[in-house]
Amino acid sequence: MLKYKNNPIILLVSRVVSPFIMLFALYVIFHGHYSPGGGFQGGTLLAAALLLMRLAAGSEIAQLQFKRILGTPLGSIGVLIYFGTGFAALLSGGEFLNYRFLPLAGFTAAELRSLGILMVEIGVGLAVMAILVAIYDDLLEGYPHD
Amino acid sequence: MKIVNYLLLIVFVALLIYASSGLPNRGDVDATMHREKSPAGSPGASSYYIRNAYKDANTPNMVTVILADYRGYDTLGEETVILTAGLICYLILRKKRTRS
Repeated sequence: MLKYKNNPIILLVSRVVSPFIMLFALYVIFHGHYSPGGGFQGGTLLAAALLLMRLAAGSEIAQLQFKRILGTPLGSIGVLIYFGTGFAALLSGGEFLNYRFLPLAGFTAAELRSLGILMVEIGVGLAVMAILVAIYDDLLEGYPHD
Repeated sequence: MKIVNYLLLIVFVALLIYASSGLPNRGDVDATMHREKSPAGSPGASSYYIRNAYKDANTPNMVTVILADYRGYDTLGEETVILTAGLICYLILRKKRTRS
C-alpha cells in the first residue's frame, strides 16, 4: 500500500483546502433560495471536505474531526428535521409539509414558506453529508491500514 | 455471446437516437409541455409554478420552490432513499464483532 499517510505536503494542502470547501458548502446550502444549489449539493460538498481529511490524514486521525459512530445518527437526525418541519405544520392545523402553517409568529405566509424551505434544505444537507461519510467508513471497515 | 451483446447495444442506441428525433426543440413555444393548457384542456401545473412561485414562497429560485415546497413529498422520499442506502451499507458491510 502507498504510504500517503506520511506525506506532509498532501496533509498540509488538505488541511488548508478542507475548511474552504466547507464554507462553500454552507454557501451552497444557504444560498439555495437565490442561486442553483440546495441541500443535496451542499451536503455532498460537506462530505467531500470531510472525506478529503479522511483520505489525507488517514481514518484514525480524522476521527477527531468527525467520529465514525456519528454517521448514521446524524443522517437520521437530518431526515427527522425534514419530517419534523412537515409534522409541525400538520400539528398546527395545516396539511403535512404545508409550511404556511408552521407555528412561528410574526411572519407572513410567503416568509413562512421561505423559512420552511430553508429548514428542509438544512435537514437534507445534514443527512446527505452524514450518510456519504458513513458509507465511506463502512466500506473501509476491517482494513488494517486505511 | 459478445456479438449479441454489442448488437443489442447498437440496436438500443439506434432506437434512442430515433426516439430523440421526435422530441420538440429547445424553447419551442408550441411544444405540448410548454403550452399553458394540457391537451385535455385543463390548466397545466408548470404555468402556475412560473407565475406564482415567487409570490407563494418569497424565493427567487423557482427550482428550489418546486423541489422543496410544491413537491415536498418527493424530496422527503429522496432523502429517505439516501438514508436507507446508508443503513443498508451499515448492515451489510460492518463486521460482526465476535464475543470472545
